[in-house]
Amino acid sequence: MTSEKQAATQARVAAVLTGSNGVQGLAVDAIGIDHDGMVCVTATPEQLHEVCVLLRDALGFESNTFVTARDHGVGREQRFEMFYQFLSVAHVDRVRVRVMTTGDDPEVPTITDLWPGTSFSERECWDLMGVRFSGHPDLRRLLMPQGYDHHPLRKDFPHVGIEPDKLYNQWDEERRAAFAISEAERLEGKR
Amino acid sequence: MGQVGLSEAPFSESFAATRLDWIVNWARKNSLWPMPLGLSCCGIELMAMIGPKFDLARFGAEAARFTPRQCDLLIVAGTMTWKMAQAVRLVYDQMPEPKWVMTMGVCSSTGGMYDSYAVVQGVDSILPVDVYVPGCPPRPDAVIDSIIKLQQRIQRERPVKDLIEGIPDYADVGTGHTLHQPNRAVAHKKLPALPTRPSQD
Ligand code: SF4
Repeated sequence: MTSEKQAATQARVAAVLTGSNGVQGLAVDAIGIDHDGMVCVTATPEQLHEVCVLLRDALGFESNTFVTARDHGVGREQRFEMFYQFLSVAHVDRVRVRVMTTGDDPEVPTITDLWPGTSFSERECWDLMGVRFSGHPDLRRLLMPQGYDHHPLRKDFPHVGIEPDKLYNQWDEERRAAFAISEAERLEGKR
Repeated sequence: MGQVGLSEAPFSESFAATRLDWIVNWARKNSLWPMPLGLSCCGIELMAMIGPKFDLARFGAEAARFTPRQCDLLIVAGTMTWKMAQAVRLVYDQMPEPKWVMTMGVCSSTGGMYDSYAVVQGVDSILPVDVYVPGCPPRPDAVIDSIIKLQQRIQRERPVKDLIEGIPDYADVGTGHTLHQPNRAVAHKKLPALPTRPSQD
Protein backbone atom coordinates (compact mmCIF):
# COMPACT_ATOMS: atom_id res chain seq x y z
CA MET A 1 0.00 0.00 0.00
CA THR A 2 1.84 3.03 -1.25
CA SER A 3 0.49 6.47 -0.62
CA GLU A 4 1.14 9.47 -2.85
CA LYS A 5 3.41 10.91 -0.22
CA GLN A 6 5.58 7.82 -0.13
CA ALA A 7 5.80 7.73 -3.91
CA ALA A 8 6.79 11.38 -3.95
CA THR A 9 9.52 10.80 -1.37
CA GLN A 10 10.76 7.80 -3.30
CA ALA A 11 11.00 9.86 -6.49
CA ARG A 12 12.71 12.73 -4.71
CA VAL A 13 15.29 10.48 -3.06
CA ALA A 14 15.89 8.51 -6.24
CA ALA A 15 16.37 11.66 -8.31
CA VAL A 16 19.13 12.92 -6.04
CA LEU A 17 20.88 9.65 -5.21
CA THR A 18 20.98 8.25 -8.73
CA GLY A 19 21.20 11.58 -10.58
CA SER A 20 24.29 13.02 -12.21
CA ASN A 21 25.84 14.10 -8.89
CA GLY A 22 24.56 10.97 -7.17
CA VAL A 23 26.24 7.97 -5.65
CA GLN A 24 28.53 5.89 -7.83
CA GLY A 25 27.04 2.50 -8.68
CA LEU A 26 23.68 3.00 -6.98
CA ALA A 27 20.92 1.57 -9.18
CA VAL A 28 17.48 3.14 -9.40
CA ASP A 29 15.85 -0.01 -8.05
CA ALA A 30 17.98 0.31 -4.89
CA ILE A 31 15.42 2.83 -3.70
CA GLY A 32 12.28 0.92 -2.81
CA ILE A 33 9.47 0.99 -0.34
CA ASP A 34 9.59 -1.36 2.63
CA HIS A 35 6.65 -3.48 3.76
CA ASP A 36 5.93 -0.92 6.48
CA GLY A 37 5.64 1.84 3.88
CA MET A 38 8.95 3.58 4.50
CA VAL A 39 11.20 4.58 1.65
CA CYS A 40 14.32 2.47 1.87
CA VAL A 41 17.70 2.81 0.21
CA THR A 42 19.73 -0.37 -0.12
CA ALA A 43 23.43 0.44 -0.22
CA THR A 44 26.77 -1.28 0.18
CA PRO A 45 29.15 -0.36 3.01
CA GLU A 46 31.31 1.58 0.54
CA GLN A 47 28.36 3.66 -0.66
CA LEU A 48 26.97 4.32 2.80
CA HIS A 49 28.86 7.47 3.63
CA GLU A 50 28.13 9.09 0.28
CA VAL A 51 24.44 8.23 0.57
CA CYS A 52 24.32 9.82 3.99
CA VAL A 53 26.03 12.99 2.82
CA LEU A 54 23.43 13.41 0.09
CA LEU A 55 20.57 12.60 2.42
CA ARG A 56 21.72 15.27 4.82
CA ASP A 57 22.86 18.03 2.47
CA ALA A 58 20.75 17.62 -0.66
CA LEU A 59 17.58 16.08 0.74
CA GLY A 60 17.34 17.78 4.12
CA PHE A 61 17.29 14.80 6.47
CA GLU A 62 18.70 16.67 9.38
CA SER A 63 18.59 14.03 12.06
CA ASN A 64 19.53 10.40 12.47
CA THR A 65 16.85 8.55 14.43
CA PHE A 66 18.75 5.36 15.16
CA VAL A 67 21.35 2.93 13.99
CA THR A 68 20.69 -0.73 14.54
CA ALA A 69 21.61 -4.11 13.17
CA ARG A 70 19.95 -7.43 12.60
CA ASP A 71 21.59 -10.84 12.93
CA HIS A 72 20.44 -13.15 10.16
CA GLY A 73 21.85 -16.22 11.89
CA VAL A 74 25.08 -17.98 12.63
CA GLY A 75 26.96 -19.34 9.62
CA ARG A 76 25.39 -17.05 7.04
CA GLU A 77 27.80 -15.40 4.67
CA GLN A 78 25.79 -12.19 4.81
CA ARG A 79 25.13 -12.20 8.51
CA PHE A 80 24.55 -8.66 9.78
CA GLU A 81 22.25 -6.19 8.15
CA MET A 82 22.53 -2.57 9.23
CA PHE A 83 19.59 -0.22 9.43
CA TYR A 84 19.89 3.54 9.55
CA GLN A 85 16.81 5.66 9.87
CA PHE A 86 16.65 9.39 9.17
CA LEU A 87 14.10 12.04 9.90
CA SER A 88 13.46 15.32 8.14
CA VAL A 89 11.47 17.70 10.27
CA ALA A 90 11.37 20.27 7.46
CA HIS A 91 9.81 17.82 4.97
CA VAL A 92 7.99 15.72 7.60
CA ASP A 93 9.59 12.69 6.11
CA ARG A 94 11.52 9.59 7.02
CA VAL A 95 13.88 7.40 5.10
CA ARG A 96 15.72 4.19 5.89
CA VAL A 97 19.06 2.92 4.64
CA ARG A 98 19.89 -0.79 4.70
CA VAL A 99 23.43 -2.03 4.43
CA MET A 100 24.25 -5.70 4.12
CA THR A 101 27.60 -6.75 5.53
CA THR A 102 29.59 -9.93 5.23
CA GLY A 103 31.35 -12.06 7.79
CA ASP A 104 31.12 -12.61 11.53
CA ASP A 105 32.94 -9.42 12.46
CA PRO A 106 31.61 -6.84 10.06
CA GLU A 107 32.86 -3.33 9.67
CA VAL A 108 31.01 -0.35 8.25
CA PRO A 109 32.09 3.29 7.98
CA THR A 110 30.91 5.59 10.71
CA ILE A 111 28.54 8.48 10.08
CA THR A 112 29.44 10.24 13.32
CA ASP A 113 31.17 12.98 11.31
CA LEU A 114 27.81 13.87 9.74
CA TRP A 115 25.54 13.50 12.78
CA PRO A 116 27.63 13.71 15.99
CA GLY A 117 24.73 12.36 18.04
CA THR A 118 24.95 9.08 16.18
CA SER A 119 27.98 8.30 18.29
CA PHE A 120 25.85 6.74 21.02
CA SER A 121 23.79 4.68 18.58
CA GLU A 122 26.92 3.31 17.05
CA ARG A 123 28.47 2.55 20.40
CA GLU A 124 25.34 0.69 21.41
CA CYS A 125 25.35 -1.23 18.15
CA TRP A 126 28.99 -2.18 18.64
CA ASP A 127 28.32 -3.17 22.24
CA LEU A 128 25.31 -5.38 21.65
CA MET A 129 25.78 -6.65 18.08
CA GLY A 130 29.53 -6.47 17.56
CA VAL A 131 29.51 -4.34 14.42
CA ARG A 132 32.62 -2.20 14.15
CA PHE A 133 32.38 1.34 12.90
CA SER A 134 35.59 2.34 11.21
CA GLY A 135 36.54 5.94 11.86
CA HIS A 136 34.43 6.27 15.00
CA PRO A 137 36.36 8.57 17.36
CA ASP A 138 35.48 6.74 20.58
CA LEU A 139 34.13 3.24 20.01
CA ARG A 140 33.66 2.05 23.58
CA ARG A 141 30.95 -0.14 25.00
CA LEU A 142 27.85 1.71 26.05
CA LEU A 143 25.71 -0.65 28.14
CA MET A 144 27.81 -3.66 29.05
CA PRO A 145 30.81 -3.13 31.35
CA GLN A 146 34.11 -2.24 29.74
CA GLY A 147 36.21 -5.32 29.20
CA TYR A 148 33.33 -7.68 28.48
CA ASP A 149 34.22 -10.01 25.63
CA HIS A 150 30.88 -10.84 24.06
CA HIS A 151 28.04 -9.18 22.21
CA PRO A 152 24.77 -10.12 23.90
CA LEU A 153 22.25 -9.55 21.10
CA ARG A 154 23.93 -11.91 18.68
CA LYS A 155 22.01 -15.04 17.85
CA ASP A 156 24.72 -17.33 19.21
CA PHE A 157 24.79 -15.66 22.64
CA PRO A 158 22.99 -17.75 25.30
CA HIS A 159 20.30 -15.74 27.01
CA VAL A 160 21.61 -16.58 30.48
CA GLY A 161 24.89 -15.00 29.47
CA ILE A 162 28.52 -16.01 29.35
CA GLU A 163 30.31 -15.47 32.67
CA PRO A 164 28.45 -12.26 33.50
CA ASP A 165 30.04 -12.17 36.96
CA LYS A 166 33.61 -12.53 35.72
CA LEU A 167 34.40 -8.82 35.64
CA TYR A 168 32.76 -8.24 39.01
CA ASN A 169 34.73 -11.04 40.64
CA GLN A 170 37.98 -9.76 39.16
CA TRP A 171 37.26 -6.30 40.50
CA ASP A 172 36.30 -7.71 43.89
CA GLU A 173 39.47 -9.75 44.19
CA GLU A 174 41.69 -6.80 43.30
CA ARG A 175 39.85 -4.61 45.76
CA ARG A 176 40.22 -7.12 48.58
CA ALA A 177 43.89 -7.61 47.84
CA ALA A 178 44.44 -3.84 47.99
CA PHE A 179 42.46 -3.67 51.22
CA ALA A 180 44.53 -6.46 52.78
CA ILE A 181 47.75 -4.62 51.94
CA SER A 182 46.58 -1.28 53.31
CA GLU A 183 45.22 -2.98 56.41
CA ALA A 184 48.57 -4.72 56.99
CA GLU A 185 50.37 -1.39 56.61
CA ARG A 186 48.03 0.24 59.07
CA LEU A 187 48.63 -2.48 61.68
CA GLU A 188 52.36 -2.23 61.01
CA GLY A 189 52.24 1.50 61.71
CA LYS A 190 50.44 0.92 64.99
CA ARG A 191 53.16 -1.26 66.42
CA MET B 1 11.69 23.39 85.60
CA GLY B 2 10.09 22.50 88.80
CA GLN B 3 7.58 20.16 87.20
CA VAL B 4 7.82 16.39 87.07
CA GLY B 5 11.54 15.76 87.25
CA LEU B 6 13.80 13.08 88.57
CA SER B 7 14.18 14.87 91.87
CA GLU B 8 10.47 14.93 92.57
CA ALA B 9 9.68 11.36 91.54
CA PRO B 10 9.85 8.59 94.12
CA PHE B 11 13.23 6.90 94.23
CA SER B 12 12.03 3.66 92.64
CA GLU B 13 10.80 5.48 89.55
CA SER B 14 13.86 7.63 89.09
CA PHE B 15 15.94 4.98 87.32
CA ALA B 16 15.49 1.90 85.15
CA ALA B 17 17.54 -1.25 85.37
CA THR B 18 18.25 -3.12 82.17
CA ARG B 19 20.89 -5.03 80.30
CA LEU B 20 23.42 -3.06 78.29
CA ASP B 21 22.72 -5.27 75.26
CA TRP B 22 19.07 -4.42 75.45
CA ILE B 23 19.53 -0.68 75.65
CA VAL B 24 22.10 -0.60 72.82
CA ASN B 25 19.87 -2.71 70.61
CA TRP B 26 16.88 -0.61 71.52
CA ALA B 27 18.69 2.52 70.39
CA ARG B 28 19.93 0.90 67.21
CA LYS B 29 16.69 -0.63 66.11
CA ASN B 30 14.67 2.53 66.60
CA SER B 31 16.98 4.73 64.58
CA LEU B 32 17.56 2.68 61.47
CA TRP B 33 18.60 5.17 58.83
CA PRO B 34 17.97 3.61 55.46
CA MET B 35 20.17 4.05 52.41
CA PRO B 36 17.58 4.24 49.64
CA LEU B 37 19.25 2.49 46.76
CA GLY B 38 16.44 2.70 44.20
CA LEU B 39 17.80 0.87 41.19
CA SER B 40 14.57 0.63 39.21
CA CYS B 41 10.78 0.49 39.61
CA CYS B 42 10.82 -0.64 43.25
CA GLY B 43 12.43 2.70 44.05
CA ILE B 44 9.08 4.39 43.42
CA GLU B 45 7.42 2.24 46.05
CA LEU B 46 10.28 3.01 48.39
CA MET B 47 9.58 6.72 48.02
CA ALA B 48 5.92 6.14 48.78
CA MET B 49 6.90 4.23 51.88
CA ILE B 50 9.10 7.02 53.21
CA GLY B 51 6.54 9.69 52.34
CA PRO B 52 3.73 10.84 54.60
CA LYS B 53 1.09 8.33 53.53
CA PHE B 54 2.83 5.25 54.90
CA ASP B 55 5.12 7.24 57.14
CA LEU B 56 8.15 5.22 57.97
CA ALA B 57 8.90 7.76 60.69
CA ARG B 58 6.63 5.76 62.99
CA PHE B 59 9.40 3.16 63.13
CA GLY B 60 12.31 5.54 63.38
CA ALA B 61 13.53 4.83 59.88
CA GLU B 62 12.45 7.90 57.97
CA ALA B 63 15.82 9.64 57.84
CA ALA B 64 16.84 8.45 54.39
CA ARG B 65 20.35 9.61 53.74
CA PHE B 66 21.92 9.66 50.33
CA THR B 67 25.38 9.08 51.66
CA PRO B 68 26.35 5.63 52.85
CA ARG B 69 28.46 7.10 55.65
CA GLN B 70 25.36 7.96 57.64
CA CYS B 71 23.29 4.85 57.00
CA ASP B 72 22.57 1.68 58.91
CA LEU B 73 20.22 -0.15 56.60
CA LEU B 74 20.91 -0.70 52.91
CA ILE B 75 17.64 -1.14 51.04
CA VAL B 76 18.39 -2.49 47.59
CA ALA B 77 15.19 -1.62 45.74
CA GLY B 78 15.20 -2.81 42.19
CA THR B 79 16.98 -4.80 39.54
CA MET B 80 20.71 -5.00 40.12
CA THR B 81 22.87 -5.56 37.07
CA TRP B 82 26.39 -6.88 37.14
CA LYS B 83 27.62 -3.47 36.08
CA MET B 84 25.80 -1.84 39.00
CA ALA B 85 26.96 -4.55 41.41
CA GLN B 86 30.32 -2.84 41.89
CA ALA B 87 28.62 0.37 42.95
CA VAL B 88 26.30 -1.46 45.33
CA ARG B 89 29.23 -3.28 46.88
CA LEU B 90 31.09 0.00 47.35
CA VAL B 91 28.06 1.57 48.99
CA TYR B 92 27.83 -1.38 51.35
CA ASP B 93 31.51 -1.20 52.21
CA GLN B 94 31.30 2.50 52.93
CA MET B 95 28.51 2.08 55.45
CA PRO B 96 29.82 2.05 59.02
CA GLU B 97 29.11 -0.87 61.32
CA PRO B 98 26.59 -1.93 62.46
CA LYS B 99 24.78 -2.35 59.18
CA TRP B 100 22.00 -4.44 57.74
CA VAL B 101 20.85 -5.21 54.23
CA MET B 102 17.31 -5.56 52.96
CA THR B 103 16.42 -6.66 49.43
CA MET B 104 13.19 -5.12 48.30
CA GLY B 105 11.33 -6.88 45.52
CA VAL B 106 11.90 -10.18 43.78
CA CYS B 107 14.45 -8.62 41.44
CA SER B 108 16.98 -7.90 44.09
CA SER B 109 16.03 -10.99 46.11
CA THR B 110 16.42 -13.60 43.37
CA GLY B 111 16.78 -11.85 40.03
CA GLY B 112 13.03 -12.12 39.58
CA MET B 113 11.80 -12.41 36.06
CA TYR B 114 15.08 -11.19 34.63
CA ASP B 115 16.90 -14.46 34.14
CA SER B 116 19.29 -12.79 31.78
CA TYR B 117 22.92 -12.07 31.05
CA ALA B 118 22.91 -8.66 32.68
CA VAL B 119 21.10 -9.16 35.98
CA VAL B 120 22.56 -10.43 39.24
CA GLN B 121 20.47 -13.38 40.35
CA GLY B 122 19.92 -12.12 43.85
CA VAL B 123 21.81 -9.50 45.80
CA ASP B 124 22.79 -12.25 48.24
CA SER B 125 25.34 -13.51 45.77
CA ILE B 126 27.48 -10.47 46.54
CA LEU B 127 26.23 -9.19 49.92
CA PRO B 128 25.06 -10.79 53.16
CA VAL B 129 21.32 -10.10 53.20
CA ASP B 130 19.29 -9.90 56.41
CA VAL B 131 15.72 -9.54 55.14
CA TYR B 132 14.13 -10.41 51.83
CA VAL B 133 10.88 -8.75 50.84
CA PRO B 134 8.99 -10.55 48.06
CA GLY B 135 6.65 -8.79 45.70
CA CYS B 136 6.86 -7.00 42.39
CA PRO B 137 6.91 -4.40 43.73
CA PRO B 138 6.18 -5.17 47.40
CA ARG B 139 3.56 -2.93 48.92
CA PRO B 140 4.92 -0.37 51.39
CA ASP B 141 3.10 -2.29 54.13
CA ALA B 142 5.14 -5.36 53.31
CA VAL B 143 8.40 -3.44 53.52
CA ILE B 144 7.35 -1.84 56.78
CA ASP B 145 6.48 -5.30 58.08
CA SER B 146 9.95 -6.50 57.23
CA ILE B 147 11.48 -3.48 58.89
CA ILE B 148 9.63 -4.51 62.04
CA LYS B 149 10.95 -8.06 61.61
CA LEU B 150 14.43 -6.65 61.25
CA GLN B 151 13.95 -4.65 64.43
CA GLN B 152 12.94 -7.79 66.28
CA ARG B 153 16.05 -9.42 64.99
CA ILE B 154 18.30 -6.53 65.97
CA GLN B 155 16.88 -6.83 69.47
CA ARG B 156 18.41 -10.32 69.69
CA GLU B 157 21.93 -9.20 68.77
CA ARG B 158 24.79 -9.21 71.33
CA PRO B 159 26.73 -5.96 70.91
CA VAL B 160 28.44 -6.08 74.31
CA LYS B 161 29.67 -9.61 73.72
CA ASP B 162 31.09 -8.48 70.38
CA LEU B 163 32.80 -5.57 72.08
CA ILE B 164 34.48 -7.78 74.68
CA GLU B 165 35.33 -10.79 72.58
CA GLY B 166 36.10 -8.91 69.39
CA ILE B 167 34.31 -9.35 66.15
CA PRO B 168 35.06 -12.76 64.67
CA ASP B 169 35.92 -13.05 60.99
CA TYR B 170 32.73 -13.45 59.12
CA ALA B 171 32.43 -13.84 55.39
CA ASP B 172 30.70 -10.76 54.07
CA VAL B 173 30.91 -11.93 50.51
CA GLY B 174 27.40 -13.27 50.12
CA THR B 175 26.69 -16.80 48.98
CA GLY B 176 28.29 -16.49 45.58
CA HIS B 177 25.52 -18.71 44.21
CA THR B 178 23.83 -17.56 41.08
CA LEU B 179 20.47 -19.25 40.95
CA HIS B 180 19.19 -21.23 37.97
CA GLN B 181 22.38 -20.88 36.03
CA PRO B 182 24.73 -23.82 36.22
CA ASN B 183 27.21 -22.19 33.88
CA ARG B 184 27.62 -19.38 36.36
CA ALA B 185 28.12 -21.48 39.46
CA VAL B 186 31.69 -22.38 38.56
CA ALA B 187 32.81 -18.77 38.57
CA HIS B 188 32.59 -18.40 42.32
CA LYS B 189 35.70 -18.76 44.40
CA LYS B 190 35.92 -18.23 48.11
CA LEU B 191 37.39 -14.81 48.70
CA PRO B 192 39.46 -13.65 51.65
CA ALA B 193 37.01 -12.29 54.16
CA LEU B 194 36.93 -8.81 55.61
CA PRO B 195 36.29 -8.72 59.34
CA THR B 196 32.79 -7.55 60.15
CA ARG B 197 29.92 -8.28 62.45
CA PRO B 198 29.03 -11.92 63.26
CA SER B 199 26.03 -13.58 61.70
CA GLN B 200 22.90 -13.72 63.79
CA ASP B 201 20.64 -16.62 64.70
S1 SF4 C 1 10.61 -6.49 41.71
FE1 SF4 C 1 9.20 -5.71 40.13
S2 SF4 C 1 8.83 -3.59 40.73
FE2 SF4 C 1 10.68 -4.26 41.80
S3 SF4 C 1 12.38 -3.70 40.51
FE3 SF4 C 1 11.83 -5.78 39.97
S4 SF4 C 1 10.41 -5.58 38.26
FE4 SF4 C 1 10.53 -3.58 39.26
